[in-house]
Amino acid sequence: MVDFLKVMGWLFALLQVVMFVAAAPLFAAWVKRVKCWLQNRKSPPLLQPYRDLRRLFGKDVLLAHSASPIFRTAPYLVFGTTVIAAAVVPLVALELPTARVADAIVLVGLFGLGRFFLALAGLDVGTSFGGMGASREMTVGALAEPAMLMVIFALAMVAASTNLSTVIHAILSQGIALRPSLLFALLALLLVGIAETGRVPVDNPATHLELTMIHEAMILEYTGRQLALMEWGGQLKLMIYGVLVCNLFFPWGIAQTLDPLSLLIAGALLCIKLIILGAALAVAENLVAKMRFFKVSVFLSIAFTLALVGMLSFVMLESA
Amino acid sequence: MSPYLELPLGEQAIITLAAMILVTSLALLAQSRVVATIRTFAWQGWLLALTTALVAWDSGHSHLYLSALLTVALKGILIPILLTRQARQLGILRDVDVVIRPGITLLMASALVVFCYSVALPIGQLVEGVTRDVVAISLANVMLGMLMLIIRRTAVTQVVGFMALENGIFFAAVAATQGMPMIVELGVAFDVLVAAVLFGVIFFHIRESIESLDVDALSRLSEVEK
Repeated sequence: MVDFLKVMGWLFALLQVVMFVAAAPLFAAWVKRVKCWLQNRKSPPLLQPYRDLRRLFGKDVLLAHSASPIFRTAPYLVFGTTVIAAAVVPLVALELPTARVADAIVLVGLFGLGRFFLALAGLDVGTSFGGMGASREMTVGALAEPAMLMVIFALAMVAASTNLSTVIHAILSQGIALRPSLLFALLALLLVGIAETGRVPVDNPATHLELTMIHEAMILEYTGRQLALMEWGGQLKLMIYGVLVCNLFFPWGIAQTLDPLSLLIAGALLCIKLIILGAALAVAENLVAKMRFFKVSVFLSIAFTLALVGMLSFVMLESA
Repeated sequence: MSPYLELPLGEQAIITLAAMILVTSLALLAQSRVVATIRTFAWQGWLLALTTALVAWDSGHSHLYLSALLTVALKGILIPILLTRQARQLGILRDVDVVIRPGITLLMASALVVFCYSVALPIGQLVEGVTRDVVAISLANVMLGMLMLIIRRTAVTQVVGFMALENGIFFAAVAATQGMPMIVELGVAFDVLVAAVLFGVIFFHIRESIESLDVDALSRLSEVEK
């Protein structure tokens, strides 16, 4: 019986990752749709990203003459690290065998590894845009990572653990409470997420304008299935940050046992939360203009300070 | 279960609002435009008044309601309007004024907050009630206002820094001793109002004599040819 439960747990963890990866393009499409509505444009259908991915997977891969093996393996590494990161984040259930590796610092490390290979791939072909994009991505990453770690430390102080499942447990068990530490950690995580996933004030995912692009500049040389994997990886990263915000700060409804009913409720609630979060992201993207690249450091130091204030307010105000 | 979670929701709200006031103080330092600085200052006034009202409700000191009302009227509405009007008349409403880069300023400010916490730790032990831990935050507000006075260059934003410093002192009084005696509070409130008006006059004089509001120009001596 115990073995059966264990196998079930692993199977469900696997299923959860597949759901995560499969739903990521849909979430990106939802954000795009709300954005289109707000700008009075006709939006592409919600399944358009899937069609794009299928089309790209069917195309031949064209490689630049100067491309090295790093360029060819990078898409698989980037996509792979992002999928493992998705496996680390609890989606609808907590009591899974993967909970033991669900550590927030591992998550940051996986993102760092993916970013490293993405930047290498951008540099590899030797075009100026790739190099420019890589240098910008690393600048943003170097500033976003400390802020992200600060958010994690603030959460870790509240829950006395860096394990994501334990943190969610701790937040669930405290009931309704107003905690400044969590409030500022949430705000900081939103800012970091916007910077890390390349959304509007930092990078614009919808443009190929030479002087401003970051993520698009690095994957400019990719074609076919490699491009598909890169884009899917980007969408997956957006979804991971969305799920992190929903599940860490609004975890109510997440399944604590593996029975079908609570899983169903958890899935439905998570969908509603993601729909609201995606709409909020689209509204925010419409309200602000893309900032100059040199302003990004200010943006991220605000995120860092907010996370730091979150941590300090735990020490100063909540631990007495 | 940590002791914080056993506090009633109203007291948790006081503490959360106190932390938000600290964030507005940090935001004041990070703002570079004059108009945004004044707007953030107004936000701080509203938050301060809300916190004071909550403290009044929580501790039953009804005279604090009056100070909350006074805070909203003066620091939330009147002084921001006065400052905005003066800045518009001087034509500097949308000017940018930063001396050090905001990122570095914010790091300095965070260090100051940690310093204030360690200094205020023994003071907090003497205070009764929920606002015990808030004393450190109010001290940090005073220090951050002082930092703003130091790093800003134009007179208008320095005045905002001065007012933020005064906000910190008021907040410290509310947190540590449940407010000052009413007569002192009224006196300070009108002092601040008069100061805001006088500063406006002084702005014009500074600009007339050195043709800008950049107070750095005041540190050099120069002879006037006549």
